[in-house]
Amino acid sequence: MTNATNSISEKVEEIYRTESRRILATLIRLLGDFDLAEEALQNAFAAAVATWPRDGLPENPRAWLVSAGRFKAVDALRRRTRFDAVQAELAKSLQFSTGKIEAPDLEDDRLRLIFVCCHPALPPDAQIALTLREVCGLTTEEIASAFLTTAPTVAQRIVRAKNKIRDARIPYEVPALADLHERLEAVLHVIYLIFNEGYSASSGDRLTRSDLTQEAIRLTRLLISLLPAPDSEVVGLLALMLLQESRRAARTSADGEVVLLEDQDRSLWNRNEIAEGIGLVRQALATRNVGAYTLQAAIAASHVEAPSSAATDWNEIVGLYDLLREVDPSPVVELNRAVAVAMRDGEAEGLRLMDELLAAGELQDYSFAHAGRAELCRRLGRNEEARKSYARALQLIEQEPERRFIQRRLQELGNDV
Amino acid sequence: MKYLCIVYTEEAKLAALSDKEFEQLDADSLAYDKEMREGGYFLAAQALQSVQTATTLRVRKNKLSATDGPFAETKEQLCGFVLMQTKDLNEAIRVASKIPSARVGSIEVRPVRELADQEPWDKRG
Repeated sequence: MTNATNSISEKVEEIYRTESRRILATLIRLLGDFDLAEEALQNAFAAAVATWPRDGLPENPRAWLVSAGRFKAVDALRRRTRFDAVQAELAKSLQFSTGKIEAPDLEDDRLRLIFVCCHPALPPDAQIALTLREVCGLTTEEIASAFLTTAPTVAQRIVRAKNKIRDARIPYEVPALADLHERLEAVLHVIYLIFNEGYSASSGDRLTRSDLTQEAIRLTRLLISLLPAPDSEVVGLLALMLLQESRRAARTSADGEVVLLEDQDRSLWNRNEIAEGIGLVRQALATRNVGAYTLQAAIAASHVEAPSSAATDWNEIVGLYDLLREVDPSPVVELNRAVAVAMRDGEAEGLRLMDELLAAGELQDYSFAHAGRAELCRRLGRNEEARKSYARALQLIEQEPERRFIQRRLQELGNDV
Repeated sequence: MKYLCIVYTEEAKLAALSDKEFEQLDADSLAYDKEMREGGYFLAAQALQSVQTATTLRVRKNKLSATDGPFAETKEQLCGFVLMQTKDLNEAIRVASKIPSARVGSIEVRPVRELADQEPWDKRG
């Protein structure tokens, strides 16, 4: 193999890595079909590998690949043995279509793809799988291992979602301005679900999975770069994720055990992520539209700005929770607020609020509510109550490091009542 | 593309509306039918009588059985439908979200399965 051939094939690989999702997004628009587009993408790259070493690198490789993909799709449709009327029609329209493939369109296509994958008419787990597959380019196996499920299950979710996109005719478009805010909320929700599964795995033998948190952060940066007008909640979400992620190294011990916020070695926190996160929180707070992600980010910023747990400004944090429960009322927000109140006004006051919340019923099956109550009881020396609440939390937790943490607490409490 | 918007409500909730509220809902529904017609979306719409008036039929081994009531007892009951023509699901959601009964019940938006050789809607009957 000559040097020139070598460098061209390296170039193709690099383009595949950096451009294939963009090209796929455009092919989906041009072909109107996910699977056809995926196949066309592979064929276009195969054509590049075959012809570029001979003809040299095209002036605009991305446009070349899109156009090659489109021709390959027309060919493929023609060759199909079961060539039905719809496909004939499609092949014909593709042949004569002059769909633009200029740069601004390509960027719009990526945004279209995100909105289609996060369409509220698709079931939530399908939205997540489809986004990770089509937008982030993860393989079905990677998605399955990240969510502790099997590849066929993920594949089936993706196939069903694609069928629904086709049969219910979910359009390949960025929502109209009137619907943009609501639809963006759905996209942010999917991203945050992906992040949370990586930040605090719902089950399994590890506390965190950095591949998912990194994908979620990358996706949000992409969204910010693509949106025509910056939305403060997207910025707020990015800030929140960076600030949470900054504490990753300190959240587990070397042997994979849970380390509580107040016991964490703060020198292990990632200063770059903190600096960027705090800058973004300020940016989002400066807008008039302060939403739930921005407020949660501001709370996370308060935590990471404090030199120690004792030096945390709990008054500010309680104040931020007061705002958060107006914007996004939920029992979980109330629970977190109760913890902050306990830190500010003492455990007895926090426990009083928590017992009210538990009595209301909605948090009865939420392990962190029982673990939080147990912790406050323990600090108040009410060991018997602490033991009972830890035992209840243990019944509800499905993640190994969290289980071991509670078991250690129970052992420490021993038998002295 | 055609979508059937199937309207479900709890009949108890409908019954709890005052006469004035009920008449208002009917008037709003008729007004919105007109708006959909003017927008080129409307194909058909009807409200239905109470589920207590329903009869369920089954034919098994050429034998008809007719029984009182709906096919399944559910918390919310089918109380009306709108058949509309839109370019895609997003447009269908946009149009269906303003159907007045969405405020008291829920609306299932279902794409219509076109059968081969089916006459276009406006040429039937």
